[in-house]
Amino acid sequence: MDIFLQQLINGLTLGSVYAIVALGYTMVYGIIQLINFAHGEVVMVGAMVALTVIGALAKAVPGMPPFLIMGIAVACAVPVCMAVGYGMERIAYRPLRRAPRLAPLITAIGISIILQHLALLIFSRNPLSFPQILGNRMFEVAGAHISAVQIAIILGSVALMTGLTLLVYKTRLGIAMRATSENVQVAGLMGVNINRVISATFVIGAALGAIAGVMVGTYYGIAHYTMGAMLGLKAFSAAVLGGIGNLAGAMLGGILLGIVEALGAGYIGEFTDLCQVSWLAAGPLAERCADGGNFVLFGSNYQDVFAFFVLIIVLIFRPSGLLGERVSDRA
Amino acid sequence: MSLSPVPHSKRIPGKRVLAIAASAALFALAGCGKQEEAPKPAEAPQAAAPAGVTVKIGHAAPLTGGIAHLGKDNENGVRLAIDEANARGLTIGGAKITFEMLSEDDEGKENKGPIIAQKFVDAKVAGVVGHLNSGVTIPASAVYAQAGIPMISGSATNPKLTEQGFNVTFRTVGRDDQQGPAVASYLVAEFKPKTAAVVDDATSYGEGLANEVEKALKAAGVTVLPREKGKADQNDWKAILTKLRGKKPDAIFYGGMDSSAGPLLKQGRELGIKAVFAFGDGACSEKMQELAGEAAEGLICSQAGIPAMASSKSFLEAHKAKFNVDPIIYAPFTYDATNLLIAAMQKADSVDPAKYLPELAKIQLDGATGKIEFDAKGDRKDAEMTIFTMKTGKIEPLAIIKAGQSIKFEDFVKGAAPAAAEAAPAAAPAAAPAAEAPKAAEGEKK
Amino acid sequence: MMSLFRDGASSKQASRAAIVLIALVLIALPFALAQAGTAWVRITNLAILFALLSLGLNIVVGFAGLLDLGYIAFYGVGAYCYALLASPHFGLHLPFWVILPIGAAVACLFGVLLGAPTLKLRGDYLAIVTLGFGEIIRIFLNNLSQPLNITNGPQGVTLIDPFRVGSFNFSKPEQWFGLAVSGPIKYYYLLLVVLVLVMIVNVRLQDSRIGRAWVAIREDETAAQAMGINTRNVKLLAFAMGASFGGIAGGMFAAMQGFVSPESFVLVESIMVLAMVVLGGMGNIWGVVLGAILLSFVPELLRYTVEPFQKAVFGKTLIEPEVIRMLLFGLALVLMMLYRPAGLWPSRTRRRELARAKRAR
Repeated sequence: MDIFLQQLINGLTLGSVYAIVALGYTMVYGIIQLINFAHGEVVMVGAMVALTVIGALAKAVPGMPPFLIMGIAVACAVPVCMAVGYGMERIAYRPLRRAPRLAPLITAIGISIILQHLALLIFSRNPLSFPQILGNRMFEVAGAHISAVQIAIILGSVALMTGLTLLVYKTRLGIAMRATSENVQVAGLMGVNINRVISATFVIGAALGAIAGVMVGTYYGIAHYTMGAMLGLKAFSAAVLGGIGNLAGAMLGGILLGIVEALGAGYIGEFTDLCQVSWLAAGPLAERCADGGNFVLFGSNYQDVFAFFVLIIVLIFRPSGLLGERVSDRA
Repeated sequence: MSLSPVPHSKRIPGKRVLAIAASAALFALAGCGKQEEAPKPAEAPQAAAPAGVTVKIGHAAPLTGGIAHLGKDNENGVRLAIDEANARGLTIGGAKITFEMLSEDDEGKENKGPIIAQKFVDAKVAGVVGHLNSGVTIPASAVYAQAGIPMISGSATNPKLTEQGFNVTFRTVGRDDQQGPAVASYLVAEFKPKTAAVVDDATSYGEGLANEVEKALKAAGVTVLPREKGKADQNDWKAILTKLRGKKPDAIFYGGMDSSAGPLLKQGRELGIKAVFAFGDGACSEKMQELAGEAAEGLICSQAGIPAMASSKSFLEAHKAKFNVDPIIYAPFTYDATNLLIAAMQKADSVDPAKYLPELAKIQLDGATGKIEFDAKGDRKDAEMTIFTMKTGKIEPLAIIKAGQSIKFEDFVKGAAPAAAEAAPAAAPAAAPAAEAPKAAEGEKK
Repeated sequence: MMSLFRDGASSKQASRAAIVLIALVLIALPFALAQAGTAWVRITNLAILFALLSLGLNIVVGFAGLLDLGYIAFYGVGAYCYALLASPHFGLHLPFWVILPIGAAVACLFGVLLGAPTLKLRGDYLAIVTLGFGEIIRIFLNNLSQPLNITNGPQGVTLIDPFRVGSFNFSKPEQWFGLAVSGPIKYYYLLLVVLVLVMIVNVRLQDSRIGRAWVAIREDETAAQAMGINTRNVKLLAFAMGASFGGIAGGMFAAMQGFVSPESFVLVESIMVLAMVVLGGMGNIWGVVLGAILLSFVPELLRYTVEPFQKAVFGKTLIEPEVIRMLLFGLALVLMMLYRPAGLWPSRTRRRELARAKRAR
């Protein structure tokens, strides 16, 4: 049982990060139906900036309280990422709003490549260790270990999600965003400054990405200029799983994906050990199963397969994701 | 047009063009720049030889992408060896020789391997050091074999590389099936585990090494849990480690690089796993301390050959002086590989691959990574393996494994080289007074 | 052949002359390239392989408008089919004319496997599912060494047989009429023949009932259905056809390379092929080939120009050439899309659409 609980905690932490990143994808998609494939790189930039600031501060001002350092690091990473997000939209996406659908996808790939290699030049091509200034207090809950960083990540993402929901449903900007996502032209006619709303969406998404970058860096203790790609992909899958364009969907999808991955890696291997099937173990596989041997069909190596498999199954039965509305086909 | 660098290289084929070589080199190098207006010939690199023959040595590794840092590390090793050789000023076949490194980025992509190899063949390089990844080296090696150009990899550990039956493929790094048993036997001897878990990163290197460790552990009667696998860039190991925690293994071996091994170790300790963690050479660096923090203390890891930081202090100092960084992992191996090529050329008194290849096959050299000799396949004979541990943030050698025998490091040092006592204790294993590769190479010159 | 030039020259004579000229250039090309270095012949061969892949993907993305982000999986399936049936791994050494059709058929089967469950999905949902599918195939290739060793896992399969007809071996250099003909040059001609065949098939497909049905689905699926097109079968056919071209290309890759491992079939490669299709001009066969050739050659050319350029201008290398190469590649993708969003060589329908969009603005 403690193992199961531990896997849930693992999955929840990972899922919270996915959810925050997925929000960046889903907000942009919800407003202009565009997959911002370069969003993962924003997360990377966030982690890199924070890492640099922490390293510099810890060296320059010894004895500075770690929480203050963290705060300053986040305060530096967020604006940088916001600027990156804004620039990305202005340069690569805005001119292409009327272009064929695949064009922005290709610019996004181009932007990712550029951002990655700029990061390589500015920071390093080596995997950098993320300074572990927060220490690592561990708590034990019913046999499962949870670290202070994990708690901070989970609580932090809950706070961010709440904040974002309030922003979208309670503020003027939020109303404008929702109006734009309903119908860009009509919103424009109603006096919404479309360009400003779209820029704001990118900037908010990038800010979330920056915080996710700091979270990932602190949690794993490592940052690399290619780290954004896979994380972005997973988060994007999470957004689709939940129903892309839907805020609650992104949160649900992220957390679900994290838990599926953790449980998948943790349990499927045992369930697919053919040595548990008695007639097989006695018969054709006797040699392999002798002395505690095993014949595992799918182990943790198929971790990503589980994630994608769940995604595919969900989409087959609910083609618009878990919480997505039936979107009409766009040309 | 932009193809000019290639004809340039064709103009300097080994030793045939003695007199014009220098001027041709200058001229052709200047030609490289002619895409943009008219460059002055003076802008050719100052390193160009005053007179004599320029011999090209190819180096290939991924210089972009996820493991670009390791590629650069390899390149540094080659560059250092070549610069040292040039500083010494060698004469081969009656001509003054200047070595030049042609470094290409193979992007770590298998389909680029043969292309880069072909580029080296076209450029008539005398020998190749590389590639980094086994997966790129194997398809490239077929091209070198057809062209008869010797290649020495300083980092491709997949046994298949030298099992293809090519006579031009060599490596200075130990094979997975040499290193695996070494670390397994050390684990069994020192920690006597009942159950062990083997984890890998599902790459050619990681899986290959993990397979050999698993084989050796099983042969020693240890129960090995079903294999767990991650990815090369995996950061999140918690799910796998949590599962392992439930099985309570006494030892955990991970086959993979430090960038994934660090998080694995850190998270393992966070989850309260008490088992001993062991790694291969990919994760046998001080980066582990940075990445895993206190959790790195007491880890066990192995390296092929004699410890890089041990056998050749001179190499480490030269590397540090030149690049202002410490070598990451394989730089000493590519350094040795380059010196091997050069030494073989000196011995054969020829830079013609066909002539010096037989010398390379039977060469003996005291290199930065210990004594090097090749077996019939081109693998390192009797490769020594060193077991390290992490002690107060430093990787320290524990024992040397040679031919299945584990020798305590201090004993090894004492037994091997009382003469070299004045050098740093670790520098001793090279034994001979000519401890560094350059000297050894010169000694062979008649 | 003539219809290949639908988008190009108009008069019959001119087009005939052009074909002869192009054919002559293509036949002489490898020898000219070999003068600069045989490496360029290999680069060309890889470019042709990518052109084959792009043509296959063009059927799915360009003709039928189904966004496929996992296309490289079919290439991998074809490559592994060849590798397993013609290497010491299983001790099988079948001739290539047997394996290539098998590879195409197996890839085709996988195409249908992917297509069938995703028929209902549209647009971006399809994109992510195909992406997942591509990753799943790669992960299986990477992990099927346990519990039974089928693919040999990440170690890959070595010593794959080259193409052989009787005693004629495609990888061995020999002399023809006093000309040195290296292995890559032989493969070049083989690849060229396959490329021309595939292009002819593509052109014929485009003008056929099926081709028009694909375009109808791309433009408006509901309307296509209303016109009596069996959208399910036609879509599946697009996946199947596209996949089998990928399978053939994969088989040829395995034979040329002599070694395959899952690392050749990663997501980035799928994206690369897609970039070729989009950059060249989706839906236009010539454009797609152009895109493949450009994206294969430009990075290689950059290798040779970036460093000398910096040396000439700044006197030293400020930024490593490989980093600049990638930066310029990224920049090129962005700029291309900003200034020619329909690709370098758009298909006629697309050009019309764009013109209309401009007028509307």
